[in-house]
Amino acid sequence: MPVQSIFPRLEPLLPRVQKPIQYVGGELNSQVKDWDEAEVRWALMYPDAYEVGLPNQGVQILYEILNERDGVLAERTYSVWPDMEAVMRENGIPQFTVDAHRPVAAFDVFGVSFSTELGYTNLLTALDLAGIPLESADRTDEHPIVLAGGHAAFNPEPIADFLDAAVLGDGEEIALAITEVVREWKAEGSPGGRDELLLRLASSGGVYVPRFYDVSYLPDGRIQRVAPARPGVPWRVEKHTVMDLDQWPYPKKPLVPLAETVHERFSVEIFRGCTRGCRFCQAGMITRPVRERSITTIGEMVDQGLRESGFQEVGLLSLSSADHSEIGDVAKGLADRYEGTNTSLSLPSTRVDAFNITLANEFSRGGRRSGLTFAPEGGSERMRKVINKMVTEDDLIRTVTTAYENGWRQVKLYFMCGLPTEEDEDVLAIADMAKRVIRAGREATGRRDIRCTVSIGGFVPKPHTPFQWAAQCDHETVDRRLRALKDALRGDREYGRAIGLRYHDGQPSIVEGLLSRGDRRVGRVIRAVWEDGGRFDGWSEHFSYERWTACAAEVFAGEPVDLDWYTVREREEVEVLPWDHLDAGLDREWLWQDWRDAVDGTEVEDCRWTPCYDCGVCPTMGTEIQIGPTGRRLLPLSVV
Amino acid sequence: MIQRLRVRYAKRGRLRFTSHRDISRAVERAVRRAGIPVAFSAGFTPHPKISYAGAAATGVASEAEYLEIGLTETRDPARVRADLDAALPSGLDIVDVVPVGTGRAGDAPVRPGAFTDRLQASEWRIRLDGVSRSDAAAAVAAFMAADDIEVERLTKKGRRRFDVRAAVHALETSPGEPSGDRSHGQDRRAAGVADAPCAILRMVVRHCTPAVRPDDILTGLRLVADLAPPSPPLVTRLAQGPLDADTGGLADPLDPDREPVRDGAGDGAGPAGDPRPGEAASVDAVSA
Ligand code: B12
Ligand code: SF4
Repeated sequence: MPVQSIFPRLEPLLPRVQKPIQYVGGELNSQVKDWDEAEVRWALMYPDAYEVGLPNQGVQILYEILNERDGVLAERTYSVWPDMEAVMRENGIPQFTVDAHRPVAAFDVFGVSFSTELGYTNLLTALDLAGIPLESADRTDEHPIVLAGGHAAFNPEPIADFLDAAVLGDGEEIALAITEVVREWKAEGSPGGRDELLLRLASSGGVYVPRFYDVSYLPDGRIQRVAPARPGVPWRVEKHTVMDLDQWPYPKKPLVPLAETVHERFSVEIFRGCTRGCRFCQAGMITRPVRERSITTIGEMVDQGLRESGFQEVGLLSLSSADHSEIGDVAKGLADRYEGTNTSLSLPSTRVDAFNITLANEFSRGGRRSGLTFAPEGGSERMRKVINKMVTEDDLIRTVTTAYENGWRQVKLYFMCGLPTEEDEDVLAIADMAKRVIRAGREATGRRDIRCTVSIGGFVPKPHTPFQWAAQCDHETVDRRLRALKDALRGDREYGRAIGLRYHDGQPSIVEGLLSRGDRRVGRVIRAVWEDGGRFDGWSEHFSYERWTACAAEVFAGEPVDLDWYTVREREEVEVLPWDHLDAGLDREWLWQDWRDAVDGTEVEDCRWTPCYDCGVCPTMGTEIQIGPTGRRLLPLSVV
Repeated sequence: MIQRLRVRYAKRGRLRFTSHRDISRAVERAVRRAGIPVAFSAGFTPHPKISYAGAAATGVASEAEYLEIGLTETRDPARVRADLDAALPSGLDIVDVVPVGTGRAGDAPVRPGAFTDRLQASEWRIRLDGVSRSDAAAAVAAFMAADDIEVERLTKKGRRRFDVRAAVHALETSPGEPSGDRSHGQDRRAAGVADAPCAILRMVVRHCTPAVRPDDILTGLRLVADLAPPSPPLVTRLAQGPLDADTGGLADPLDPDREPVRDGAGDGAGPAGDPRPGEAASVDAVSA
């Protein structure tokens, strides 16, 4: 059946909405394939505004990999702003892709990438606009398979009713594998309809199909067990790990939008995984083990990406970029290569202890020294032991002193508030640290224009981390501590004006907590919030805490659970967690031990440098650490 | 900076929804992709030397927008045209590239702003779907008959009332969709809207302060004749340039740059910025 572009109907309406360019597509390196020639068609979505979603690497990688295959077509779609949503509803325009403006409902697979749980209500908007029934149970063979991926998919239970399937971990290989299953099933004439297709996906072991699992509850509200509801469906679903990143050098042709986006640079992932073992960090836990890209692949990707995009900035991306075994050579090689071309390099996610000034100098060669960012995360030494962020205050002071001596004037420090076992004084210690930073900077440089910005966010316990059992700190306590910190900083005559404070209040973190560690019952709250108008929960101007609490209270009335039960309640070791059947490879006993160690303030080593501490990932997943050094050097390419 | 190039570009079809900032980012990237040796400003955050002369509003298509690029090496304008065009998304199209005479020894330096001074007026086309030609013609007649037409609009300086009539040099309804027009309309035609009534206005409007924009003229038409298009108008800038007193039309603002330069160009060399295939560009002469 030919599928028509909705653009002719959309175009006359575009002058009525904000930033219409985000809806027209036509990005450099985007592609439109022939609909009828494709056997399997994917609509990929990042459930946030275009300006946030377009730069997302996960979606760009899958888009490119799928489109490279013959007979496979992939297009993209993003969340439309409320003004556009109203216009679309008024005119009967369905959720569309920006590539060829085809209706999302016409695709075979609707793949949605969740890097944050706050995109859940946006999923419902998209489904509804697409004309796809919100609940999986109501869909027919006419509708696409709604598939979630990304970090938040490691606990998809709160959105289980809205999904047909979810994938854990790296998407490159599994997206192609799913494509093959769909292709075969379609080629056979779609036997058994939707149910059969989902069963085929589920029995492969690498795709989680929530409807094939029954969840039963204990009278007190805890989960009794989660069990397969069908023969052939595995008890546990495993995450996917791409083992040789050099074989997957994507994106090769980065999408370059016309509209302004949050991330205007070409990013190369220099490695995946992180074994620093920060206990709050879900990303670090679920992406193990460390797999580096080699220096030569990085060099080629940067070269090609810049040529294809025309970007002026390269970001070397990972969870802790300075940890790459050859980062010094990578930095020097790139700085040499692009010297004098007005190309800047950036290294997000640098740890204090991994920071070295030579590296920073390479990255800012010939350019500005605007600011450096470090993330001690905890204000006191004790707190940092609890979260396993192994950096001492002296380390930090030494590092920032060197930075100030080398010409930087501004240092940004990231912290979290509401960490397990935290007391008021742990947060107030942040003020002392910030003052020491300024003092050190002034002494080192003899200047008064030294600045430091403290950025602090509320801690949310996440699944598959040692803190998955922890009680989340209530928002009143978080807010009280933040106020105390603010007073301690503002009231300081000597240093107060040199220190900036950026913080978010505690309420959104509670909702994030509900969505992060929620189970299937939370789906009804999400739906109620969405029906009440909840959209774009990651945006403070759209987020309404009152709406979430009111809906939660209504949905959970008469049940043994409530908002507090999901958030500020500590769990016991024996409790079945909603994601226990979803396997990130981490050994449950190891996680529990790490949680106990956290409470005692015992640290663990990084398994990349010191012998394995048995988190269980490698043996369970059949993976291994892949790091250099390769000993190779970057060839200085001549840039035209 | 060794060479300056003046560039005429078009913003067509769905890319008319790009804002001025979007375009400047896209051009900077395209310049890099095309390997054009653009000059950078000095200072902490060096900026590529690309400057823009006015800019059609977001949502307005244009066949005639202008920018200027400073280069650190001399380049053949025809090649720059082709390379830059290839590096830009289609819909942002490079129409013409001409080198700016940098002046010979003894010449007065080129006055800044001199080029924008050439852009005295714009020619616009407005497509009004759902408006019959006779209604449009009546409104145009009423508009032209008026001495002044005050409209109100929110400007950067707040609400302002100003006359739109005086700036209008010419205004007429024009017959049907011109053939070979690539700027827009395809999508709507595909939707079958083409059978519905549709009026097309053409106008030449002088640039002045506050700027009289096509939507101000539409406001004026509504005031004088109750003309209220049911769907958003499609506006295209067709040309910008010096007003030609004789013809009432607009001259090409790049023409003065095309003037053959003293002895350098020799016999038969085409206009500097517009060498035909197989013809050597007279770049060297210009930048010598
Ligand atoms: C760049 C970046 C940003 C950028 C760009 C975001 C963007 N649009 O992509 C900016 C600065 C805007 C940003 C913002 C935020 N970020 Co951020 N960000 C990153 C960073 C450094 C890289 C992300 C990345 O590109 N990874 C590489 C890609 C390839 O991985 P991926 O997206 O996960 O995709 C792979 C798989 O997940 C899978 N997959 C993904 N989607 C799908 C879909 C389907 C259907 C399938 C089959 C597979 C699949 O396949 C992909 C390829 O293998 C990461 C840290 C890191 N190194 O991962 C943090 C990170 C993702 N961000 C994080 C956070 C918390 C945020 C914010 C919420 C921060 C805030 N408080 O505002 C916001 C949220 C923004 C939003 N609304 O989405 C956290 C996520 C927390 C977690 N889950 O543990 C991370 C992990 C950092 C951290 N250590 O805490 N971020
Ligand atoms: S099992 Fe050991 S080696 Fe593998 S990621 Fe875990 S700690 Fe590292």
